[in-house]
Amino acid sequence: MSTIVITLNGERREVPGPGSLAGLLGHLGLDPRLVVVELNREIVRRPRLDDTTLADGDSVELVHFVGGG
Amino acid sequence: MQQDTPFEIAGRRFRSRLMVGTGKYRTNDDMVRAIEASGAEIVTVAVRRVDLNRANSEGVLHHLDPKRFFLLANTAGCYTADDAVRYARLGREAGFNEFVKLEVIGDQETLLPDTEGLLAATRTLAGEGFTVLAYTNDDLITALRLEEAGAAAVMPLASPIGSGLGLLNPYSIRTIKRRLKVPVIVDAGVGTASDACLTMEQGVDGILMNTALAEAADPVAMAHAMGLAVEAGRVAWLAGRMPRREVAMPSSPVRGMLA
Repeated sequence: MSTIVITLNGERREVPGPGSLAGLLGHLGLDPRLVVVELNREIVRRPRLDDTTLADGDSVELVHFVGGG
Repeated sequence: MQQDTPFEIAGRRFRSRLMVGTGKYRTNDDMVRAIEASGAEIVTVAVRRVDLNRANSEGVLHHLDPKRFFLLANTAGCYTADDAVRYARLGREAGFNEFVKLEVIGDQETLLPDTEGLLAATRTLAGEGFTVLAYTNDDLITALRLEEAGAAAVMPLASPIGSGLGLLNPYSIRTIKRRLKVPVIVDAGVGTASDACLTMEQGVDGILMNTALAEAADPVAMAHAMGLAVEAGRVAWLAGRMPRREVAMPSSPVRGMLA
């Protein structure tokens, strides 16, 4: 399987690709209902995760809710 | 007694005037049980990166049922208006409503707000349809400007975040409440139940607290106490306190004493 290099939560990381953002979440074992995805600083809404493609050099942020005041 | 009005923010009614955070509890079980004991409906959460290096990178939603609580995303940790706007958008996407507890911090040591950044972010987010609850200091002018900028509620501090110093300036809080049309919710600084009660006795609409519960020796018991204190303070304010006097007034009749 081929791979691409992306910046994931601030760290360079090799992931399978090219593929979709939904594929990336699957690869990481994350539930798309509990994670918000930013691709190159733009939020990608959940219904678009399947048809948004990741390319070499992309920057991805994966965030969720944690405890806070 | 003056009849109480429902607690409403931007046309949405909430059953409790006490709002609580979810940070810094020793265990998730402590957090869930404390929130339940507090009777709070609005519960704040923060937006952070998923920790990809931990086997179990679970978020707070693994422990809190979003159908039972109204989740209020915050922008804690943001030092610029741009960052706060970015976090607010992420929070809206992660969450279940358009509410945001807006924080733009100006100083690391005191965690006091950057009022200029706060006003700018409030304008931007209100323009994007957010319901902005703006965390601010106890300054009337900033509170008025935030209301003008479109904040749905203004959240002055009792004392600095996590300090537990209690209500440092009751006069400022009373003045802000008297002058604003939008709800005033005191956020930060409450340390124990008497602080919460005294704060509610100023006539404010609600209180948000986190550390007072999370760092109590028994968070569940403290949450219960806080629920009672918020209610007691609210009812006492509605009841209307007696005037303060510099001289004593006997409670028993002065007539009818033996000769």
